[in-house]
Amino acid sequence: MTTSAHGRAPVGPAPENWAGPVPDPLTDPARTRRIGEPMPRLEGLAKVTGRIKFAAEHAYPGMLYAALACSTIPKGRITALDVADAERAPGVVLVMTHRNAPRMNPMPGFGSDPKAGGFDTLPVLQDDRVHWNGQPIAVVLAETQEQADHAATLIRVGYAPEPAVTSWEEAVANGTAPTTIYGGPGRRELGDAEAALRAADVSVDEVYRTPYHNHAAIEPHAATVLWDGDELFVHDTTQMVAHSAWSLAKIFGIPEERVHISAPYLGGGFGGKGLWWYQVLAAAASRLAGRPVRIALTRENVFRTVGSRARTEQRVAIGATADGRFEAIIHTGASATSRSADLSEPFILPAQCTYAARTFKLGVEVAYLDMMANTSMRAPGGAVGSFALECAIDELAVKLGMDPIELRLRNEPRQEPIDGRPLSARNLVRAWRAGAERFGWDRRNPTPGAVRDGEWLIGMGCAAATHPYVRSPGAAARITLHRDGRAEVEVAAHDMGMGTATAQTQVIADRLGLEPHQVTFRFGDSRLPGLVMAGGSQQTAAIGAAVAAAHRELLAQLLKLVGDGSPLGGLEPDQVGSLDGGVAALDDPSRHESYADILDRAGRDRLVAEAVAQPPEELTARSMHSFGAMFCEVRVSSVTGEVRVTRFLGSMDCGRIVNPRTAASQFRGGIIMGIGLALTEELVLDDRTGRVVNASLADYHIPVHLDVPEIDLIWTDIPDPHAPMGARGIGEIGITGTGAAIANAVYNATGRRVRDLPITPDKLL
Amino acid sequence: MNPFGYARAADAADAVRLGSAPRAAYLGGGTNLVDLMRRNVVAPATLVDVTGLSSAIEERPDGGLLIGAAARNTAVAEHRAVRARYPLLARAILAGGSAQIRNMATVAGNILQRTRCPYFYDVAGSRCNRRHPGQGCDAIDGHNRDHAILGGSPACVATHPSDMCVALAAADAVVHLRGARGARVLPLTELHRLPGDHPEIETELEAGELITAVELPPLPPGAASGYRKVRDRAGYAFALVSVAAVLRVERGVITAVRLALGGVAPKPWRARTAEQALLGAPADPATFRAAARTELAAAVPLRHNAFKIELAERTVTAVLADLAGEAR
Amino acid sequence: MRVNGAEVEAAVDPRTSLLDLLRETLGLSGTKKGCDQGACGACTVLADGERILSCLALAVQYAGREITTVEGLAGPDGPHPLQRAFIDHDGFQCGYCTPGHLCSAVGMAAEAARGVPSYVTADLTADRVVLDRDEIRERMSGNLCRCGAHNGIVAAIAATYAAGPGERA
Repeated sequence: MTTSAHGRAPVGPAPENWAGPVPDPLTDPARTRRIGEPMPRLEGLAKVTGRIKFAAEHAYPGMLYAALACSTIPKGRITALDVADAERAPGVVLVMTHRNAPRMNPMPGFGSDPKAGGFDTLPVLQDDRVHWNGQPIAVVLAETQEQADHAATLIRVGYAPEPAVTSWEEAVANGTAPTTIYGGPGRRELGDAEAALRAADVSVDEVYRTPYHNHAAIEPHAATVLWDGDELFVHDTTQMVAHSAWSLAKIFGIPEERVHISAPYLGGGFGGKGLWWYQVLAAAASRLAGRPVRIALTRENVFRTVGSRARTEQRVAIGATADGRFEAIIHTGASATSRSADLSEPFILPAQCTYAARTFKLGVEVAYLDMMANTSMRAPGGAVGSFALECAIDELAVKLGMDPIELRLRNEPRQEPIDGRPLSARNLVRAWRAGAERFGWDRRNPTPGAVRDGEWLIGMGCAAATHPYVRSPGAAARITLHRDGRAEVEVAAHDMGMGTATAQTQVIADRLGLEPHQVTFRFGDSRLPGLVMAGGSQQTAAIGAAVAAAHRELLAQLLKLVGDGSPLGGLEPDQVGSLDGGVAALDDPSRHESYADILDRAGRDRLVAEAVAQPPEELTARSMHSFGAMFCEVRVSSVTGEVRVTRFLGSMDCGRIVNPRTAASQFRGGIIMGIGLALTEELVLDDRTGRVVNASLADYHIPVHLDVPEIDLIWTDIPDPHAPMGARGIGEIGITGTGAAIANAVYNATGRRVRDLPITPDKLL
Repeated sequence: MNPFGYARAADAADAVRLGSAPRAAYLGGGTNLVDLMRRNVVAPATLVDVTGLSSAIEERPDGGLLIGAAARNTAVAEHRAVRARYPLLARAILAGGSAQIRNMATVAGNILQRTRCPYFYDVAGSRCNRRHPGQGCDAIDGHNRDHAILGGSPACVATHPSDMCVALAAADAVVHLRGARGARVLPLTELHRLPGDHPEIETELEAGELITAVELPPLPPGAASGYRKVRDRAGYAFALVSVAAVLRVERGVITAVRLALGGVAPKPWRARTAEQALLGAPADPATFRAAARTELAAAVPLRHNAFKIELAERTVTAVLADLAGEAR
Repeated sequence: MRVNGAEVEAAVDPRTSLLDLLRETLGLSGTKKGCDQGACGACTVLADGERILSCLALAVQYAGREITTVEGLAGPDGPHPLQRAFIDHDGFQCGYCTPGHLCSAVGMAAEAARGVPSYVTADLTADRVVLDRDEIRERMSGNLCRCGAHNGIVAAIAATYAAGPGERA
């Protein structure tokens, strides 16, 4: 390699096709200085001093406060609606119901168009129909929040209820229906898995259940809405600014460019922050009232009007030879859904990619309930699917009398198990070995219930973690290079706490050959370029590819500006790269000219390069997944059945790690949500009414500090040659495998196998 | 929240005078009342702030303590005499809520907190006899994992949520009351009522009557005491089951015992049946377990909470065994 | 009422919580509303140095008190050591629970310094509280974090306070 005096090589244009043989130059550590550094969060000081403003923290003159009244039946019609007392209450400016709400188009359902962002497709407050228990039926606007909240309680409603399906058992008895996974097949088969299962030397065949889960971001959903003529401005808390803007434009029948959404910071999202009813209601009410409106959902509103992760019932059957080779993997079952949107849990994702087997039968179906539309939550499918699959493998290991890690290693695939695509930088075996050594797996007593400390039984468990590499089409970036050598990079992306802005600043600095302080990364605004959703753990790759495309364009523009006198004269875009605040020849970095000199000589103050990322061909050409090996130690009280996670190690294989500090926090965050999934979290819907019973953070138990041990992390840090910067997604994988690792450790501690989550004390008595 | 008036009481007499107004309610730390008002469960016309009343913790001549009703939970738990002589009370208070809530909540407010039954809180969408007499109870045939196995009625199966009260019940605490008709005292175990046909009447307090203090008699000399709480997460959650106990063992025989259970009944549950079985019996796990069984023989499980019977038996047994170990 | 050292006067609806007074009337939106029902700790502020939940505090009840919010933690020399420690240990992600965690930890350190025990304190009569990991975790369990920054939060608090309880409070 040819390097500069500083020992670095120029960063040339990224590949035209990420599936091809040429990797992103930034996968090469010799070309990077900032990638891999544990840079502290750029917005850290603003966050710890309380200066960051969230969606409900913008005030405007004349702003009104909104409160919701919600249905108390699951299905039927509103037959009486008395709003007179509410309208007369002090401070009330407007009570909006289906009678006086402006006519609006239905929400464009997510997936129905590349830009569609609605997580529900029902018309919002357009008729007298009730579709779920908790559906908003009126919005009150008042001068203060106290006045609005009080007036909302004065609305009197009469209903004509209709028969509704509100229990899971009834929904399943009504028959389940096939579904798709993000438009792809919801069913995958290879060979005759049932026959192979029957013929196998050893097999397990069990049913696993997972309940509804709520995202429970600490910031409740909120929006501050202003109309200026037919132009709509929204301070929102959303993981999809561009999708939301396009969808709101469709709903109100106005051009897309007349809707402007700003959401630079979110108080957590986890899949729950998209386009729901509240933004539409606030915008409609604001239009009617002719004043700005703030809608800040109460915590109860969040539980009743924003979708949750759906409950599932999953069968996992695995047949194996006596020496532990998988003959059949069967993973089927159903997940709950409403009729107005289907984001069911694709729990077969882990079984599709983690193990080799001679035959497969995988399928997700849905059971319909009259309930709030469910939605994606951190690692949809993977979080709950890995629980079932990885517990079943542990159960099989017990039957085989084999170490569960050894059993997994024995079934490591050499290609994507069902369709045979080539693997891309899969190093799960290495992660298992490194993790087992660091965790001290060899100290595990394989006999359940054999290790005791007073009343506490101690056990160890493990499980594989996995999450697909995702990069959706449509991400774009705009680079503005200034004469003083600073660069602004703009992408309609999001930072809900993942560290996106910090990590991307590092990446951009390396790609452009700048120092991080010379880079400004702008995000969280629908007016910025492109379409990037903070979902699928894709932002690092999606933004990385967009910036890479814009960088290619920037190099081309820069070369057009250099004159014959430049050391770069005569070079083609593919022959140059960024280095040390300028452009250098790839094969001779001494041929270098600074950005400042190039712009100066050309008499330009700035240069703007904008491009859309290359289509994600790597997704279809390669088998690309993040993986991890999760290890856990638990203590279980033999008196009370209380479970405490005392040690945890994630040994991750997610390609190159851009920022070890924020990446570790991402992994830990997922793992801690996995502790909640394993031990404490269950959103209860009343079987009789479909109404959320525990609609509060006192009753929906997310882990508290005392539930969370110190979580150890290691990673392979092996770049994926087909991912921008060699980095695959890291945001969701932590929650996968964790539930099973804990359940398997509980089994090792107690000999009790709990197959329905969460593992609360009553299940271990 | 409904509009309301606010008045600050200068002393107990002032409070009782202000509290005699129609639909008045006493306001302590507000950690439960403000939440109930915001969720429209209750709608007082006037709040009488009683946080200015006595919060003193005084030594009594008999070796007991008199705790002013306005004493904050933290102040009680950190008090030297409480920590040294009533560990069950310190531990129970520290098991309740969060540190922030304990810094706000008063002793009287803790005693008078309402059930956390989710149907009780869901004013718009659920039926509740405790909130609206005669309306019906959505918990009995609903999701009732957290509900009562002892002392419930066909009208109500809600549990009393306090940890502190369980310890007070086991400590033979007495509450000092003051009302329009003067002052009186009542054992804590007689303050709260079981729901019966009238779950809306939760205590023996008369209209406008105020708790002014809690008196703790000395525990039996030489007795050990403790509190253990079992919950769905490691902290900041209401009890599935909790146990407060006082135990003295001499030469292997139980010579003093007081036992109370939380999380299992509509009031702090003094387990007198178990106490009778324990007193004079050998201090061994078989005795503890058998006594717990006797107490729980009356338990009536609902669809989702039968586990509480086994859990309560085990927790009682473990707590008594621990104390027996300490007492020896 | 004094807020962050400055005298404030505001006529409030008796219904107004201290939290809404801070956020809406005084424009101090650093204090967060996570549940408005005392279940998350995001609204934690200090009242005369004691940590409380401002969502369950009626503003009228706090007349004459000294309130400190996240905006008032910094000193003349810049951020509070705990604020710096949160950055150093990555004790937050989205930052929404952070102000409550910071105020809570400052109040917690003062409690520990005066010897207040916790549910996990083995010896309730001990004069001195040793702020080990279990003590910090128990004492901070009233502050929820959903991003999962717990390890960093505990590390930041330990780095600031564990050496000598309350010495920098």
